[in-house]
Amino acid sequence: MSRRVRLALLTPALLGLGGLFAWAIAGLPEFGDYRGPYGYVLNQIVVPLRHSTNVVMGTTFDVRGLDTMGEEFILYAAVVGVTLLLRDESGAGRVERRTRRARSDTVRLLGVLMIGVGLLVGLWLVAFGYITPGGGFPGGVVLAGAIVVLYLVGSHRDYGPFRNEHALDPFEGLGAGGYVITGLAALALGLQFLTNLFGYGKAGTLLSAGSIGILNAASGIAVTVAMLLLFAEFLETYVVPLEPEDVGS
Amino acid sequence: MSYLPYAVAAWLCLVGLAGVATSKNLIHLAVCLTVTQSSSYVLLLSVGYVEHGKAPIFKGIPLHSTAVDPVVQALTLTDVVVSVVVVALILALALDAHRLSGTVDPDGITDFSG
Repeated sequence: MSRRVRLALLTPALLGLGGLFAWAIAGLPEFGDYRGPYGYVLNQIVVPLRHSTNVVMGTTFDVRGLDTMGEEFILYAAVVGVTLLLRDESGAGRVERRTRRARSDTVRLLGVLMIGVGLLVGLWLVAFGYITPGGGFPGGVVLAGAIVVLYLVGSHRDYGPFRNEHALDPFEGLGAGGYVITGLAALALGLQFLTNLFGYGKAGTLLSAGSIGILNAASGIAVTVAMLLLFAEFLETYVVPLEPEDVGS
Repeated sequence: MSYLPYAVAAWLCLVGLAGVATSKNLIHLAVCLTVTQSSSYVLLLSVGYVEHGKAPIFKGIPLHSTAVDPVVQALTLTDVVVSVVVVALILALALDAHRLSGTVDPDGITDFSG
């Protein structure tokens, strides 16, 4: 299809869709005029029933815990998909690559500081996910991001352990499997799948919210490792020619 | 109050779609798709907003304060995860396309097979 034909088709289509959007918006309640009962109900019941002060995570890991398990497996399926797409079966182009270390001391220093701060913030977001804003999903992304900074400021070799799929796979299994096992543990006790098993503790402390804490940690691990696996797969196809002065460094 | 956040969501969706349709680079196309998907975050968070509502995190605020809908926030979380994996898959396909045809311009990839 030529570019002109495509634009000719696109313009009326977008105008039509825009018109439909305008029609739909005109029928919505105004911004801030929230009517649905579910938000109010959850805000009233999650803290008293589950002692999870972060109601969003209480919803994610308890009220709709089964959905979140599906969500974790979406991530898992994507890692498998990217691995299969990028796997080069011939082995051609699989050269051991060494990239230049960042030469500037300032960049290296700032980078190392960023790794430290990033890891700390990531761990805090995961650990306190069910108490304050955060949770396993955003925290896991921050943790993986902090580790990827190591690649930016260090060398390919420094990053070695984090692109070793065989080392990462057990952790991905721990994260994804830990979620399912927590659910199955309830079944084994004759309760419904993913029933919140443990004592609810004191709201607003780390020892609260029962299974939510475990599911939160499991998804934190699963997300961190999934992101690292995705990055490792892309890294493997990225070829950097060695510069003469880098050989043997 | 106003309808502005809904209009922003609609605009992001349309502008992202226009970008996808006219893109000359598969990586640019992936970014445009992210813009389209962002419209769903804006829409979800807008429909759950309660006037003068606080974040639904009852640490440091009294239990019976008015707070916004936590359901749509949890849905936005799912949405972000889906967006990330879709971008990862598109980028992987873009790499493959580049390896097989030597270009990342969708119009330049002429011979599809398999």
